Amino acid sequence: MMHSRSVQIWVGLFVVAGMAALLMLSMKVSNISAFTESEGFEVTAYFENIGGLKVRSPVTMAGVVVGRVASIGFDRESYEAVVTLNIQSEYDNIPEDSSASIFTAGLLGEQYIGLEAGGTEDVLKEGSELELTQSAIVLEQIIGQFLVSQADKE
Amino acid sequence: MLDQLQKLGATALGVAERLGRGHLFLWHVLGGFPALLPRFGLVITQLFSVGVLSLLIIAVSGLFVGMVLALQGYNTLVDFGATESLGTMVALALVRELGPVVGGLLFAGRAGSALTAEIGLMKATEQLSAMEMMAVDPLHRVVAPRFMAGILAMPLLAAIFSALGVIGGYFVAVGLLGVDDGAFWSQMQAKVDLHEDILNGVIKSIVFGFVVTWIAVFEGYDTVPTSEGVSRATTNTVVHGSLAILGLDFILTALMFG
Repeated sequence: MMHSRSVQIWVGLFVVAGMAALLMLSMKVSNISAFTESEGFEVTAYFENIGGLKVRSPVTMAGVVVGRVASIGFDRESYEAVVTLNIQSEYDNIPEDSSASIFTAGLLGEQYIGLEAGGTEDVLKEGSELELTQSAIVLEQIIGQFLVSQADKE
Repeated sequence: MLDQLQKLGATALGVAERLGRGHLFLWHVLGGFPALLPRFGLVITQLFSVGVLSLLIIAVSGLFVGMVLALQGYNTLVDFGATESLGTMVALALVRELGPVVGGLLFAGRAGSALTAEIGLMKATEQLSAMEMMAVDPLHRVVAPRFMAGILAMPLLAAIFSALGVIGGYFVAVGLLGVDDGAFWSQMQAKVDLHEDILNGVIKSIVFGFVVTWIAVFEGYDTVPTSEGVSRATTNTVVHGSLAILGLDFILTALMFG
């Protein structure tokens, strides 16, 4: 072990560099706030058609991400989609009669849920249901309707 | 006909026997890990030769892989006006796949072959037998520190590879190709998940480090103690190690992201 000291310094540098790389990957490359996201409350919403909505799709309010889609199910009684939204607990003052719509980011982008604030004093909490919902816009349906309306004109 | 059958049987038995020996060897080496903790200096010395000396090739490769990814990805994305996604593409490709896999292949070539050659030569020159004569278990004294160093070094090397790749991609995308600085990072942060992507990449690199180092030290320890045997064992380490990484990567990817 002639160069024991310099060997140890190099290994120390190596470990520091590796840790720094991991830290950079988790802080700069990924979103560290993903950890705290699970703390929140869950509300449900029924949609006639969810289009391409997926689990972990963002839930936004005024464009700001306030939560994520926790799960998507199918209601056997009403033939509707049941979407469970996980809202971060810091947003605990959303009125209970807020409406939820499924939007598309850009023309071809991913789909997300947009919340629009209602007017009541009651706020959303664990287990609440969003009554006012608007389904996803399915492009084929719109094109179909457009074609039909064009045909009617002539 | 019967001769062919016999040959096949002999090969199969040979493979099974070697696999069995490899696992017994692993068991024995892992048994030496607790004794290493009070003598961690042994591991540090090995970390130097396995980790620090691999740093240059890993760093340079990572940087260039990231730069090339950005250049090539740009050509496709620019047609869709989606060049802001370049950061996402580079980061996901590096963190999920290229960091652990290319890092692992380089690790097998740079560190694995050196481990095999070192242990194989120790065996060929009867240093290992000499240790046994002195009632020193060579598996605990020689193999275990190298094995632990390999397992510790690989995740760090893969992380350095990915991080430098992202930086290389950043320089090319923002500096050379004129992608917007803020969009590059924010799109990347929006799409790369700490748990889903980065943690899984780290798990991959730990698995690859384990397997490659295991193959390397076993090939060295199990070598035919001649110069020809050592040369063949070194080749085997690189070939089998690389194949193991590619095969395991497919399985791990299917499990993690499938």
